[in-house]
Amino acid sequence: MSSKEPKRDRDDVKARREASIYSLLAKISEALEKGVVELYNVEIEADELEIRFATQTSQQLPIPIVVTPPKAVEEAKPGVKAAYEVAKAVEVVAKKVVELSKIAFEEPKPQFSGRVVEVKLGASREEGGTRERTIVVGGHTMPAYYYIAGYRPPHPPAFGGDVFDIKIGLPRAVKLAFGDALDNPVEWARIWVEKYGAEAVDIHLVSTDPTFKDAPPEEAVRTVDAILQAVKVPIVVGGSGNPEKDVKVFRRVVDAFPSEGLVLNSLNLDMKLEEVCPYIAKVNATVINFSPMDLDKAEQINRKTYEWIPRNRIILDLNIGGIGYGTEYGFTAMERARLSALLGNELLQHPFNVGAANAWGAREAWMTMDPYWGPKEIRGPLWETLTSLICLLAGADYYMLVHPLSVKVMKAVREYLFSEPKPSDPEKALDWLSKALPVI
Amino acid sequence: MAFAVRLASLEAKVEDCPPIVEEEKYRESYEKLRALLLPPVKEVVLKSPKRVVKIGGKYVLYRHEMRYHNPAAIAIDVDDSMERDIIVKRVSAIEGFEYEYVGQKLKLDAIAIRSVTNDPKQFARAVSIVAENSSLPLILCSVNPAVIEAALNVLNPPHHRPLIYAATKDNWREMAEIAKRFDVPLAVTAPGDLDLLVSLVKTLSEDMGLKELALDPGCFTGPGGLSYTIKAFSWLRYKATNDLWKYAGYPLIATPISVWTQMSGDPKDVMWWEAVLATMLMTRYADIIIMHSLDGWVLLPQVMWRFQLYTDPRKPVSVPPGLREIGKPSETSPILVTTNYALTYSIVLSDAEKAKVNAWLLVVDTEGLAVDVAVAGRKFTGDRVAETIKSTELDKKVKHKILIIPGKAARVSGEIEDASKWRVLVGPMDSSEIGKWLERNWTQEKVKELMEGA
Repeated sequence: MSSKEPKRDRDDVKARREASIYSLLAKISEALEKGVVELYNVEIEADELEIRFATQTSQQLPIPIVVTPPKAVEEAKPGVKAAYEVAKAVEVVAKKVVELSKIAFEEPKPQFSGRVVEVKLGASREEGGTRERTIVVGGHTMPAYYYIAGYRPPHPPAFGGDVFDIKIGLPRAVKLAFGDALDNPVEWARIWVEKYGAEAVDIHLVSTDPTFKDAPPEEAVRTVDAILQAVKVPIVVGGSGNPEKDVKVFRRVVDAFPSEGLVLNSLNLDMKLEEVCPYIAKVNATVINFSPMDLDKAEQINRKTYEWIPRNRIILDLNIGGIGYGTEYGFTAMERARLSALLGNELLQHPFNVGAANAWGAREAWMTMDPYWGPKEIRGPLWETLTSLICLLAGADYYMLVHPLSVKVMKAVREYLFSEPKPSDPEKALDWLSKALPVI
Repeated sequence: MAFAVRLASLEAKVEDCPPIVEEEKYRESYEKLRALLLPPVKEVVLKSPKRVVKIGGKYVLYRHEMRYHNPAAIAIDVDDSMERDIIVKRVSAIEGFEYEYVGQKLKLDAIAIRSVTNDPKQFARAVSIVAENSSLPLILCSVNPAVIEAALNVLNPPHHRPLIYAATKDNWREMAEIAKRFDVPLAVTAPGDLDLLVSLVKTLSEDMGLKELALDPGCFTGPGGLSYTIKAFSWLRYKATNDLWKYAGYPLIATPISVWTQMSGDPKDVMWWEAVLATMLMTRYADIIIMHSLDGWVLLPQVMWRFQLYTDPRKPVSVPPGLREIGKPSETSPILVTTNYALTYSIVLSDAEKAKVNAWLLVVDTEGLAVDVAVAGRKFTGDRVAETIKSTELDKKVKHKILIIPGKAARVSGEIEDASKWRVLVGPMDSSEIGKWLERNWTQEKVKELMEGA
């Protein structure tokens, strides 16, 4: 290493010795450049620098290392500086002998034996329904988006649009997107499909809530009928969340439309399942079993539902909270459930539903905040989109979304994720390093 | 034994037991234990004179297996073509970023300085301006070794310990030499080529002897790009944690900033996609994230999701149930009922305090779940509310028998009345309305009316 105090008195002998070292270094450099010498176990010491040629193993070529703090070089005498430059030159030349040790990336080979069931949403004419488009989700035998070699997920996720049968408080961003159609569920559904590309429509029959409007099941049937007429995508029929009333509504709805492959949202353990499941079993409807963030209860409700309804007509909803509001519970519940399913737990081998509308429950999604945090009209849809993406990575299959921008971005992400993983311009990846970017 | 359990669950460090470290006879066991407890993903340390940021140090793939360590650091960029006052302004915005959430202050962690000019002097100038005006650790971004060297001469490690970004297939020899000379961590990048990435890792770690690396497999969007990025991050972390493959066992760097050169058009769209990439890669194992947008709406969901992702999955973020005071409540003050989810509790409390009300806050044990989820999951029930009333002896604190429950719990108002025999008023949907709501509904006449009705 270099000495810290510069030598004040340096006699002729020492100076001469230094000079000889410098000339030696220059010669070594020249020789190395021409490839006429190889050095082994050579150590040359001078005041401000040290060059060490260390031989490691017999196969390895010498790697010289110049160890000199830059300050020492700055303060050094011209002669020493020159030597430092020579040393660097030697090093650069000598370094060419260190080659990249090439290895291949050993791809992951996880072992799973379980399979998530495939579930169909909607029924086509051949199947007795009137849907022009149907959706199949599930069928996974590997965790989502790990790109295990030789595995391609059988079905991509699908995105439905939320419609409410009665005016409820909706964020401004949603009002901006649908305007007056919010007063008319049929029109709302039509805009979802025709303008915003929703792949299914989720009609939430909140008017049937006994503590709200208490609309009779007959009215609910009329609403569902009108929507089935207006759009030809699968329809997800949501209740009000009142366990007694939902049983009545679902019974009437499946009676009225036994062959449309409706999806019922949702069944839970507070309901008298025996009063509704036998009716669902008779038709071709699918159910969403709701078990908020609780895998034990998810197994319970699934086991119970199996008594009437075939496994391939059950979707699981483990619930999700918007970012900042319990997202991690839903995310981890989904990850655990899917792993358990793939490891062979048949009770959890169901595709996941995500009620992304919950994202709007986050205050940051709808509240007017200090201008630094941006307009709520951006924050809202972004919150819904990001919450949905988190669920996507946990393996979510079907989404109920409120805002068209979420549907648009989720569809783009789906297209990207299902494309062959091969960037088109890998050499441009580092462009960000050296480009001036707009500062907003 | 207790220590061993804490050690195994990583709540304690081997170093917490001095004899094993100090005494010669334990030397071998100490080394063995240390090696055993080392995370499969190395921990890399970035430093400024005032702040330390640790990245990596991960043990598991899934957060339910064990709490994730070292929350992903978020770095925002400045570049060396910027005027001094722009740099200073941007740095102070990065430093000043703060959002209060569950009683925590969510902040940004580092500054990435990019060399746009490719001029060592210009870069050194920018780096010294940042260092003078910031307390955050730095990332020096350039593939030109001379540029990086110039900046390190200014920063003078170990005073500062920046991450240098990055070694590539073309410059790895020079970058490795610099990383070694200054003893700083080195980023390695091989966009779109995992074979090259691990080859560089092998060469730099084994042949060149570097210990602290961080890996960037490239950050792409669009068809072929996003799928590659998610694949690369997933494969790297899977290989590190499941197969303990040492060449994958380093922190992962995500650069959502790269959307700014991959996309054109409305900057709002670019920012949107930067947010998308940041959230996806934070979820898929990124340990440090370099971004360009400094807009609140892009960063807010990132810092909030990070907080959640890195909480202990075994312990919900909850507060003890019971009765709290807001302001100076009396025996005629209203009683607000809420859950013991830390976030719900702290929001209700801060909203009620902001509204300057005097009230009682009855915190029900919902096992750390928020109101809507607790209602749906049967954790916020008539019985639980009744239980809490009893255990807090609420009837001795007030003269009335009226509860105000959250609007989102309207569905259980009936069962709460049945189970508790108290009158229930359904309050506002959001606690920010508490002040106004009480003004309208908690008047002497109305309370009297309710009491007489009961």
